[in-house]
Amino acid sequence: MSQAMHRLWKYRYLTLMLLPTTIVIILHSYLPMFGVFIAFKNINYIDGIWRSPWVGLDNFDFLFSSGSLVRITRNTILYSLVFMVVNLVASVAFAVGVNELRKRWLARGYQSLIILPHFLSMVVVSYLVYAFLHPEHGFVNATVLRWLGEDAIYWYTEKGYWPYILVLVNAWKGVGIGAVIYIAAIAGIDPEYYEAAVIDGASKWKQTIHITLPSIQAIIIIMTILSMGSIFNADFGLFYQVPQDSGALYPVTDVVDTYVYRSLMKMNDIGMSSAAALVQSVVGFIMVILTNWTVRRINPEQALF
Amino acid sequence: MSTSLNNRARPRTRASRRENTLSPLSGALLNAAFLIVSLACLMPVVLVILVSFTHGDAILKNGYSFWPEQFSLIAYTSIFKDYGTVAGGYAVSIGVTIAGTALSVVLMALFAYPISRGDYPYRHAFTFFLFFTMLFNGGVVSRYLVYTQLLGLKDQYMALILPLLIVPFNVIIMRTFFQTTIHPALIESARIDGAGELRIFFRIVLPLSLPVMATMALFSTINYWNDWFNALLFITSEHKYPLQYLMMRVLNDVQYLRSNVELAAQNPELLRDLPNESLQMAMAVVGMGPILIVYPFFQKYFVKGLTVGAIKG
Repeated sequence: MSQAMHRLWKYRYLTLMLLPTTIVIILHSYLPMFGVFIAFKNINYIDGIWRSPWVGLDNFDFLFSSGSLVRITRNTILYSLVFMVVNLVASVAFAVGVNELRKRWLARGYQSLIILPHFLSMVVVSYLVYAFLHPEHGFVNATVLRWLGEDAIYWYTEKGYWPYILVLVNAWKGVGIGAVIYIAAIAGIDPEYYEAAVIDGASKWKQTIHITLPSIQAIIIIMTILSMGSIFNADFGLFYQVPQDSGALYPVTDVVDTYVYRSLMKMNDIGMSSAAALVQSVVGFIMVILTNWTVRRINPEQALF
Repeated sequence: MSTSLNNRARPRTRASRRENTLSPLSGALLNAAFLIVSLACLMPVVLVILVSFTHGDAILKNGYSFWPEQFSLIAYTSIFKDYGTVAGGYAVSIGVTIAGTALSVVLMALFAYPISRGDYPYRHAFTFFLFFTMLFNGGVVSRYLVYTQLLGLKDQYMALILPLLIVPFNVIIMRTFFQTTIHPALIESARIDGAGELRIFFRIVLPLSLPVMATMALFSTINYWNDWFNALLFITSEHKYPLQYLMMRVLNDVQYLRSNVELAAQNPELLRDLPNESLQMAMAVVGMGPILIVYPFFQKYFVKGLTVGAIKG
């Protein structure tokens, strides 16, 4: 006992250093964790959080039976999967291509340009998209479609186009930054493999298939599995701000994050939104644990914990 | 830190790839493909910049175009004349970004250092305490209620700063950096010379860790500058809007009025006061301006920081 006290005293300065951050983490992360009990309450502002009545699983019942859950779950997961595949293929292709460029200044230039979108906020991105899709003046309607002699399309009310637009915007924003890690991985491949391949007469294509891709296979698998961990999380900005919260587009743009936000801030339905948010947190938790378990089985070095 | 992409690639280029290059035709095709992709990344930004300098009449005639017929600065003059709010938004964004970044780097370092010390007995407990927040979170509703009801942060600048203060993954990167760069013998010898823990941290550890501090400051600056979601949740008074949120409001208000023709018909003055098209795009330029200006200088360090983080310890 006194030994424990002694240890506590000996390291008191280190503990003191930790303390402010610990408080911040408690306030920001741990209090809301304990706050998930509101999903089991019928919160009203008159009674306040503590005295509002418990309603058990009513909020969840409502969420399941309203049919919203099916829609937002389908949208969230499908978009996540498509984003994952599209961005992976494009990032790896970009990384492989950049590595073949002989002029390094060109490679650096291309890389600088393609990661630029990553640094723009989703609000800025929504302006950029708007500049293209504005119903009267947008570049697509006013220039492209006019040239082609086609009628203008009212982009913000036609939901058929949005799955493609969202995938495109997401790739535009994410491929460059996604490629960075693959470029680093490819740069780390032992050049002797390529030398040997050249002696054996392997073409560039063969080298890519048989040397480059297998060498970065491990990192590709890890990155993919890691993104599986966030499959039930959507980029709120992409789905809310880029389509400008247009009601006509909800069937294809409504994801868990936008749904939670809308039920909380617009409809003031704390019960429903907290139920949806809790479902998201729990699914997220399970996915991360599963993911890490899988990574550990493939390559313990890469596991997060 | 030496994982600079270009440094690694260079020796290979010189030594062994001389005979292993693409044929001139494939090389040209590859370059063409990259040129197109790079332009695709740049052109939307260019379009918005060009439109912001285009006269309203030309927009009405030709729409947003890459070939502006009538050049005009009117959007910018009206932004800075009539829209004192824009200047206000800038001030809020700059203030929040500076305060947030400074606090964030200090707090993360203060946490990362003790858990990096092999002799600190509680390091596992605190690491897990941090790590668990990456696994599970209370969700946005719970956080909203805690912030507004419990902490009283509704409409407070603190509500913009607190959420982005601690990025667990970045703390882990910092810890790894301390572990691999600061040799325990160094700390030991400083202690023998009579330095206390705080002195060791501020006089020895921090000066040796400037690269990782700079990287974290960069990450944090971008995070704060580009954040608008927390403003959307918590900020209600207009004079406290950060720039990104202000931009969002402008775009959404325009959209809202457009889609509610009746409302607009009853209140013609609303439509008249509506920022015109080039003005909206000027808003976008104003919003991304600082990023575009410093981008060429910082992107190298950002890439470096990312690859450091990727090689996890």
